[in-house]
Amino acid sequence: MAVAVQGAPTKGSQDPRPGLVARVKLSYSKHWYAYAMVAPVVIVLGVLVGYPLINGFYLTLTDANSLNSARTIGVKEIPATYQFIGLHNYADILWGPGSYDRFWSHFVWTIAWTVICVTLTYSTGLALAMLMNQRLRGRSLYRLMLILPWAVPTFVTIFSWRLMLADGGVVNGLLGSLGLPEPAWLSDPLAQKAAAILVNTWVGVPFMMVSLLGGLQSIPGELYEAAEMDGATAWQQFRHITLPGLRTVSSTVVLLGVIWTFNQFAVIFLLFGNGAPDAQILVTWAYRLGFGQQPRDYAQSATYGVLLLSILIVFTSFYRRWLARNEEASR
Amino acid sequence: MRRGIAASALVAALAVTMAACGSSGSGSDDKAADGPVTITYWDTSNATNEAPNYEALVKKFEAANPNIKVKFENVPFDQAQNKLQTAMGATGAPDAFRSEVGWTSAFAKAGYLEPLDGTPAMTDKAAFQPSLIQQATYEGKVYGAPIVTDTLGLLYNKELFAKAGITKAPATWDELKTAAAQLKEKAGVDGFFMRAGDGYFAMPYLYGEGTNMVDAKGKKITVNSPEAVKAIETYKSMFTAPGTVKADVTTDSYAHMMDAFNSGKVAAVINGPWEITNIYKGSAFADKKNLGIAAVPAGSTGKAGAPTGGHNVSVYAGADKAHKAAAEKLAGFLTSAESQTFLATKNSTLPTRTDAYTADVKADPGIAGFQAILAAAQPRPELPEYSSLFGSIGTNLGKIVQDQSSTQAGLDATAVDYLKLLPGFSK
Repeated sequence: MAVAVQGAPTKGSQDPRPGLVARVKLSYSKHWYAYAMVAPVVIVLGVLVGYPLINGFYLTLTDANSLNSARTIGVKEIPATYQFIGLHNYADILWGPGSYDRFWSHFVWTIAWTVICVTLTYSTGLALAMLMNQRLRGRSLYRLMLILPWAVPTFVTIFSWRLMLADGGVVNGLLGSLGLPEPAWLSDPLAQKAAAILVNTWVGVPFMMVSLLGGLQSIPGELYEAAEMDGATAWQQFRHITLPGLRTVSSTVVLLGVIWTFNQFAVIFLLFGNGAPDAQILVTWAYRLGFGQQPRDYAQSATYGVLLLSILIVFTSFYRRWLARNEEASR
Repeated sequence: MRRGIAASALVAALAVTMAACGSSGSGSDDKAADGPVTITYWDTSNATNEAPNYEALVKKFEAANPNIKVKFENVPFDQAQNKLQTAMGATGAPDAFRSEVGWTSAFAKAGYLEPLDGTPAMTDKAAFQPSLIQQATYEGKVYGAPIVTDTLGLLYNKELFAKAGITKAPATWDELKTAAAQLKEKAGVDGFFMRAGDGYFAMPYLYGEGTNMVDAKGKKITVNSPEAVKAIETYKSMFTAPGTVKADVTTDSYAHMMDAFNSGKVAAVINGPWEITNIYKGSAFADKKNLGIAAVPAGSTGKAGAPTGGHNVSVYAGADKAHKAAAEKLAGFLTSAESQTFLATKNSTLPTRTDAYTADVKADPGIAGFQAILAAAQPRPELPEYSSLFGSIGTNLGKIVQDQSSTQAGLDATAVDYLKLLPGFSK
């Protein structure tokens, strides 16, 4: 390798840019060590992320399902018989017959679900974080208790909620004793959506609270003291010190919250199973197509996956641009 | 080498060996038939009531065949189809399993099952009811030995019916509605609890109007025909009529229905013989004679019909010779007259062969009740995709009974889904 370094042709010269091959060679001879160090990671990522992604994308262009895919039946091998059908799956999902019921209704609900859940978890998390940031007795005990929903395995939380929300459950018992209406949380479509949001908020708040608490503690106390000297009201302090101080933390947790909520499989699936066609979000719907029915429709399930990924990529790029612009403006 | 290791590991190892040495591997398979073989059997029966009796049978089989060990695994019925599908297309599949009649042809079409003609599993082919053999047949070959058969019936609480002054079981849906109202008024209990959003349990309504989800012979989708719409209108009314329980579409609805019936809070349900042992455990049925069993009510055509259900024992096509031979023996043993009589008396389920109906079996009021209505059961059309049809109709029935879509629109959506599942069919 050292020979290659010595033979590097254009080092330090002002000649026109060398050709592509030469440039690759040059960069290789200069940085081979870096390439060698990065190679394992690239290979592992390629195998674990790249290959499935490309394969999944290819599936979306076929009519693969569990009856025509290649399968090994013990000692027998059956080759795949599915065919390339171009973009038909996308067309079928987006504007084929019944596309409103199959895709758009879930799309609208997924967006609404994400916005509502993130708003609720963020604002509740922020409120709790500010409370926890006060100097009060037993603060660490409260913090511990508020982390609890996060520490319990999600499926345990959700199954407990399913019991509590059932027709004869605790929630309705409480509502009934207060003389309030008792919605059928697990069967009425609108109540199902409310129940899903409620449970997801419960599951999501601790993360928001802990992250924001960390952010709050990094804001210097002098700022508040100075503001108080100048006679700023609590609202003004919140508006001009707390919120700007939390900007970096907030932008990260909101982005994560959106991505997680958008793909929040566990809450919907464990709460309603294969029922509740209206409360299904796009991820659970994709699961149902790919694994929850017979025959399994791998192609359309993969198509849902690609659509989900595209939506998130578009959202993330816009969000980052918006953040960058805000950052500029606030400087 | 001894073959006393877990079958799943063996199948996996074998797949690798076979891939490596091609067809020359078959010679070594024959030798294994002499040594002890361990096969895996997946049982899908109710884990608390039925499975122990199946396990006892398997123990008897092991005692009779010292060279064969059976690994008995109970898989919950509602997950079994998915688990089998996954395992059989990859590794870890059982060598033999109890398969619902509706799955058999679909699995056979996918190439997962071994034909059983001429094997120890089918030595008494003539003893089985011909329609059940027909159900297990795909393209001229038998892929499952029928072990249990069933159909849906109207199960009712005789005491509550008597309290409400009803002397005989309702024969039509309208009579059932009248009875439900009377039960609510005079006996103070809910009259009828129908399982909501489940295609299988809605089949009697379709049969009652002389239609089905599809016309398999005419290659036509009939799920949104005027007759089907009428049938589902009746279905829908069974959740709103006075004395009926409102539609329960939660994941636990089946349990809710049976709990209410077994404890006497509901006077009538539609269900099959697989629940009988559970029902007898309920507080309302301490006296077994209190359980009334009648055919499902009839629709406007005056005819009643319910789907023929049940289970077959099938053998996995991917196992090696020794395992297949052992699995076929097990299938033959489990479906023998003696075994079926044993299962029937213990589980109150219906045998599939005529020589298994001994005096003891016929004395069981549950079996006698269902045997009387079995003749009216409708076998499935020969269509491997048929069991896939229940998914879409179930979802849409859920929407229909919750008034989220009209009956026609819901069934039209189902028809669109069916077009995809059934290429070559017309609407």
